[in-house]
Amino acid sequence: MEIDYKGIGLKVGLEIHQQLDSRSKLFCGCPTKLAPEDSKYYEVVRYMWLTKSELGELDPAAAYEVSKGRKIVYRVPEGHACLVELDEEPPHDVNRESLVIALAIANALNAQPVDEVYFMRKIVVDGSNTSGFQRTAIIALGGYVEDEEGVVRIQTIALEEDAARKVDEGPGYVIYNLDRLGIPLIEISTAPDIVSPDQALRVAYKIGLIMRLSGRVKRGIGTIRQDLNISIAGGERIEIKGVDKLELIPKVVKYEVMRQLSLLKIRDELHKRGLRPEDVPETFVDVTDTLKDSKSRIVRASLEKGMRVYALPLPGFKGVLAVEVSPGRRFGTELSDYAKAWGGVGGIIHSDELPAYGISESEVLQIYNRLGLDGGRDAFILIISDFEKAERAFKAVIERLKYAFIGVPRETRGANPDGTTRYLRPQPGAARMYPETDIRPVRIDESILMEVRKIYIPKPEEILKILIEGHGLSHDLASQLIRDPLLHLYLDLVEELKGVTSPQIIASTLVATMKSLKREGVNVDKVDYEALREIFEAVGKGRIAKEAIPDVIKAIASGTSVDKALDSFKSLSVEEVEKIVDEVITSNIDTIRTRGPEKSVSLVMGKVMSLVRGRADGAIVNTIVRKKLAELSKQGGP
Amino acid sequence: MVHVKPGDLVRVVTKSGIILEGVVLPSTEFTSRGFIVLKLSNGYNIGVSLDDAKVDVLVENYLKLAPSEGPQGTTVIRGDGNMRIAFVSTGGTIVSKVEYETGAVKPALSAGDLIEFVPELKEIAAELVVSDFMRKLSENMTPKDWCEISGEVGKYLASGADGVIVAHGTDTMAYTAAALAFSLRGLGNPVIMVGAQRSSDRPSTDALYNLRACPLIIREAPFAEVVVAMHGSSDDQYVLVHRGVRVRKMHSSRRDAFQSINDLPLAKVYIQERKFKLVNRNYIPRSRNVDLVVMNRFSDKVSLIKFYPGMDCEIIDYLVDRGYRGIIVEGTGLGHIRDECIESVRRATELGVIVAMSTQTVFGRVDLNVYTTGRKLLKAGVVPLDDMLAEVAFVKLSWLLGNYPDEEPSEIASKLVTNLVNEIGGTQSFELFPRWYHGD
Repeated sequence: MEIDYKGIGLKVGLEIHQQLDSRSKLFCGCPTKLAPEDSKYYEVVRYMWLTKSELGELDPAAAYEVSKGRKIVYRVPEGHACLVELDEEPPHDVNRESLVIALAIANALNAQPVDEVYFMRKIVVDGSNTSGFQRTAIIALGGYVEDEEGVVRIQTIALEEDAARKVDEGPGYVIYNLDRLGIPLIEISTAPDIVSPDQALRVAYKIGLIMRLSGRVKRGIGTIRQDLNISIAGGERIEIKGVDKLELIPKVVKYEVMRQLSLLKIRDELHKRGLRPEDVPETFVDVTDTLKDSKSRIVRASLEKGMRVYALPLPGFKGVLAVEVSPGRRFGTELSDYAKAWGGVGGIIHSDELPAYGISESEVLQIYNRLGLDGGRDAFILIISDFEKAERAFKAVIERLKYAFIGVPRETRGANPDGTTRYLRPQPGAARMYPETDIRPVRIDESILMEVRKIYIPKPEEILKILIEGHGLSHDLASQLIRDPLLHLYLDLVEELKGVTSPQIIASTLVATMKSLKREGVNVDKVDYEALREIFEAVGKGRIAKEAIPDVIKAIASGTSVDKALDSFKSLSVEEVEKIVDEVITSNIDTIRTRGPEKSVSLVMGKVMSLVRGRADGAIVNTIVRKKLAELSKQGGP
Repeated sequence: MVHVKPGDLVRVVTKSGIILEGVVLPSTEFTSRGFIVLKLSNGYNIGVSLDDAKVDVLVENYLKLAPSEGPQGTTVIRGDGNMRIAFVSTGGTIVSKVEYETGAVKPALSAGDLIEFVPELKEIAAELVVSDFMRKLSENMTPKDWCEISGEVGKYLASGADGVIVAHGTDTMAYTAAALAFSLRGLGNPVIMVGAQRSSDRPSTDALYNLRACPLIIREAPFAEVVVAMHGSSDDQYVLVHRGVRVRKMHSSRRDAFQSINDLPLAKVYIQERKFKLVNRNYIPRSRNVDLVVMNRFSDKVSLIKFYPGMDCEIIDYLVDRGYRGIIVEGTGLGHIRDECIESVRRATELGVIVAMSTQTVFGRVDLNVYTTGRKLLKAGVVPLDDMLAEVAFVKLSWLLGNYPDEEPSEIASKLVTNLVNEIGGTQSFELFPRWYHGD
């Protein structure tokens, strides 16, 4: 689907959270590293007390749990959390190093520091903060990022504490590890100035690059997180949480636009059919009897557990539930999200997707009859569960269906790995912010600004120079790389493989090899950071030849384990190469004699290279071939 | 420069050219000179220097800043139970709430909040009297306040309350608990002191748990003592009920700061399970057949001093010369101060000042028979306080001097070491000394 983003008034804002690499946490002296898996830990059990007005901040399911008094278990790994994380000691003064790093990044984003920093308490009630709030402060305002499609303003830059790490969750309980709680985060929020999916990627990339160029932020999984705010004219401003991969951003934007456009089309279609919100019934019907002899495995298993089948008749809705709103997701999927979130049910089954799940054509007809509906015009929704859950689920589904007549509901959504999104919760009102009275405000005076100036952050333009002069890349390769989000990957790999593998090999593989393999249809996404690191390390240590890289990547992409792939393309020893060269010379001895050994180098090289298939460095093969042919020439031949 | 005041909505153009709009908040102890604190529309506060900034007042008094108010008196609430309960609020963290708009701390928990916090109160009480009596941080309490609180609590007990809950700041809660324990003579029902280490505006507050234990104690407890109800561990699992004359705040910030010293707590209350479990069988039983007498006078001429190496002995002389009538000394180990000071002690006792010895080791008894210094102190007239906590002895001596003004020092001294409410003379069993963490 081609979309005219300007025409539909797309506006995107970014909120980027990045962990800072300070020595200590934001409000205590604990380290900012996560605890090893086998750390000794204590457990502390707590409950949170919530006023009703603050429950709106939660996922509906979590809100339901919390209102029932959910047990929160905190794991306190020795050496990685103290009384501060446990909410048993007041926070210490703000960690100066973190503040300085954050201000240096703010400066590189052209923002102005505030005169005095005040920490606030933002109420967070899912238990991920032991105190029940997150401590956060605006440290800088203003700022902008330049981009080819226009300048994107930065609204606020905040310094805040990361939340505890969720370990497990179940009915009535949740377990968190406290090692992550209190690690400093910088939060950069742009204005909704972004007008295209590609611009969203470029701006996120540029902000990410500036942060990493500071050399003072954490790298690796979970250390950076992007949230997006996306709206189109006539649609709604939707918050999308947890986009953890940069490359996903354009997809998320595109799919969200598609979703909003589809929802608007559905609205128009409903009006065209002359339907009104009042046509959505308020009550649902028990239709268990129609499916009591069903061969459907889902139905049978559920009925055996004592569940019932409930149906919501939807007169005039035929086909609407099947409308695709984003790839692989139909309007029915959207309704299903609501049923899951609010009712805790497994999902819904709707008539537009039936017969399916083992429910037969005749059973569908029976349900239509039972509900007094016309199979050619009407639709229905089934929920299989106990009554209490079905009631909550249908209530949410009915409200959502009524909103279909208005358009796009204001939601907070979560990103899926494929770039589509799912419903999480309604958007909360303005967060309640209380002053953090335990922390002294910090005046941004000359002594802090002097420390800030000591952190030199190269401009993205200067990185080109570093790549060419520092890493020895060609101008061409370097300029390709800096325009590509792969640069992060490249810099990570170069940093980790310093002195082992040359940056040129890494750069050309990422920029050229990976891309051409992708064009050939190789599923290069399967080759993750770890695999790449191992491949480059193997090249650097001579385990495989650099010529073998494409073959190794292909093998891994088709499911071979990294170790196996590296083994099967292991470099040949000099002796092995010599043996192959000897064999090639012997079997082509007549031709070589005819041409003369000196003129047969390329002939022999070609044949040998096709035999070693990347398992030997071409330069080495060439030396051996020349040596052997020279010997042959001296001998004058057998 | 435009004059701005807290509550005004202003627009500020800072010296770096940023335009800000927000409400001016009242300054705090931390606000730098020449700075204002602005609350922005996104809820964040920031500090803005007025140097070289351009300020326009958009709306005067945009936010109403109510002046802090005094205690509001009593509210009576009817419940579904059959007990009569009084809740007396004196101030402290347990009733403190921060207003998110203004950042002002309000030291009052309304009766409505209390009922929402503690649904058990309505279930158990037929009549609940909520008295917004005092709004004091506990470090500001004086013996005069003990007198008033005791009078207020006594009033409800005398009119038939089955139990009284006293909300109090934690810093000096143990002192007030001791003061109530001595002044409420002939107590027939429990009086529960309760506090919080995390204020009740936090989702993680411990106030809720501690408060929810109170109605259960009033319903279940077999004892008629003044007790302190606070978290038993860092978990929200059970609340410990400590005897008011045997409890001490042992940590500056933890939820489980309060611990019984030289004694076992009286009971544990499991909140989730709504279970009351008696753990100490040595208590003063509840009774309908006693007559409450409120003896709530306290002398303010008692001092509590901690001996330290090289202490200037004139400190004792000074107190005597200033008209102090009692000195509780926290001595070292078994109850010692340096030799040189013994002369000042002798002078004090000869002038009729009661000098009594406790120990700064907190745990264990004093014994002045073991070393020469101890024996010399005894000879100089020092009263050894056995296993009584120094703070409790301080309160008890204040109470004795306040209520028995005409008695001879020797009679007061004798009363000081005579057990009244299980404050002195327990059995020191092995397990009463806590096991600390030794890295294993």
